[in-house]
Amino acid sequence: MMDDILLLEAIERYLHGDMEAAERDYFETLRKNTPEIDQMVVEHGMFLHQMDIYALHRNLRASLQASHTKLLERGDINEGGELTTKGKVIQLWNKYKKVTAIAASVGGVIALVISGLAIYFSPVVNGSQIEQLSKAIEVIKKNQQYQGTLINEVKSKIPENARLISGGSGFLIDPKGYIITNAHVLKGSGAVVVNSKGQEFNATIAHIDTDRDLAIIKINDPEYSPQKSLPYTIRRNSSELGEEIFTLGYPRNDIVYGEGYLSARSGYNSDSLTYQVQISANPGNSGGPVFNSNGEVIGILSTRQAEAEGVAFAVKSKNIYRMVDELKATDTNVAKIKLPTRSTLKGVNRKQQITRLEESVFYVKAFKK
Amino acid sequence: MKADTNEQALLKGLALNDSKAIETIYRDNFSMVQAFILQNNGSYDDARDIFQEAMIALYEKAQSESFVLTSQIKTYVYSICRRLWLKRLQQLGRYANRVDNLEETVPVEEDLEIHEKRNAEFAIMDRALNSLGEPCKSLLEGYYLKKMGMQELAAEFGYTNADNAKNQKYKCLMRLKKLFFSQYNIGD
Repeated sequence: MMDDILLLEAIERYLHGDMEAAERDYFETLRKNTPEIDQMVVEHGMFLHQMDIYALHRNLRASLQASHTKLLERGDINEGGELTTKGKVIQLWNKYKKVTAIAASVGGVIALVISGLAIYFSPVVNGSQIEQLSKAIEVIKKNQQYQGTLINEVKSKIPENARLISGGSGFLIDPKGYIITNAHVLKGSGAVVVNSKGQEFNATIAHIDTDRDLAIIKINDPEYSPQKSLPYTIRRNSSELGEEIFTLGYPRNDIVYGEGYLSARSGYNSDSLTYQVQISANPGNSGGPVFNSNGEVIGILSTRQAEAEGVAFAVKSKNIYRMVDELKATDTNVAKIKLPTRSTLKGVNRKQQITRLEESVFYVKAFKK
Repeated sequence: MKADTNEQALLKGLALNDSKAIETIYRDNFSMVQAFILQNNGSYDDARDIFQEAMIALYEKAQSESFVLTSQIKTYVYSICRRLWLKRLQQLGRYANRVDNLEETVPVEEDLEIHEKRNAEFAIMDRALNSLGEPCKSLLEGYYLKKMGMQELAAEFGYTNADNAKNQKYKCLMRLKKLFFSQYNIGD
């Protein structure tokens, strides 16, 4: 028994590399000549390795649990219950720490509102006014840079200290740069959009409607040159079963085309806001347009059913009208949106339709600071 | 999309079990996962379990030598959680609400396979250790996990000398190894 203990001790020292050269040579010869010992070394080595991994994982699990508790206490995360008083106080403190930043950005917001109002009250929109708006933003950018390093909103396309958190697709509903996408695509605090040629533009989130899962973002970038008019219209009425459809979106960095048909007048769980469509939809397609064969937008691709191949759901296009109409009553910026009224895609072959549509469909990248 | 330097630093921290890094990753990603799981028929506890599981998978990835994370941490964690949770739902026979938002995800099947193997090994060791009983459990934890010296352990456990402690440790270790290898298949 004592021998066994000594042998195990020797094996452990050997495995840890704690042996002197001479002893190690001796042990290795022993190991070579005695298969039983060799097997013990291999087996024990494996066991110790398992123990080490076990120890690391156990420590990690403990750290994770500790972080969870700490973040819960601080109110950084929550689990539905009331915030503890402690959490509230800390949250308040965190909020006030940001007051300087908020104060600094108020200037920017006011400037935006003023320029928005100015454009709203001036007659008929034309190219030069769009130029003015972008200039105003240039000015804001400078102001904000003066107000400290905390804010670098419009400096680079995706701000340096921001992280990309979700991506999806979107399409123009007004050539002035209003893009519609899904609310769930916009997880963070801002977004940039990329066109099918890979050009990136700054954008701001103009409105989020989580009930309809729709959102409007506005391109605010001097590099963006608006098309005169959009080639497609947005369908106000319902579409019919079996209607042939196609979509453009960004499940990858390149724009991807897909086709299918409208398979039900309602969506998941008989949701009347959406259609069921049979089309191959992939993560990244969210927010992309669903066109009928005349090139009319009939919906916005938003979700898919996990357990069934090819079953996806699209928010019905009439919801775009409803949302925009509701907004016009309250929001002066959005009031300038003019939904397209003339389609030039009817009777045109698919390849040409796509060529004309491509530049109106964008890759939406949402980021968080 | 290559992970940027900030994310690389966070992952390095995670690999070293650095609490600051863990907290940052936790804070930035937990709510997203929680929302997904709550939306899909899960509870707050499920969310915590699944998220921590994903953190462990990320840790394993960060530790491996051939480590490359080709997506954002956020995308990776979300993808892992999504797979784990859908699998869990399937096991529980709960299918309701299985509708995904079409966000970006990355393929994680291979990583999850490795992760599941590690998890199984962890569970075997955990069971083996816990069925040992005292003082064996604490003695072996002291020596192999906390890396305490024999002298120190003898004092803490009230053995008259280090040799006695060594004797006891040896017996305990043999029992643990027997328990462990009765479930762990070599060559798997």
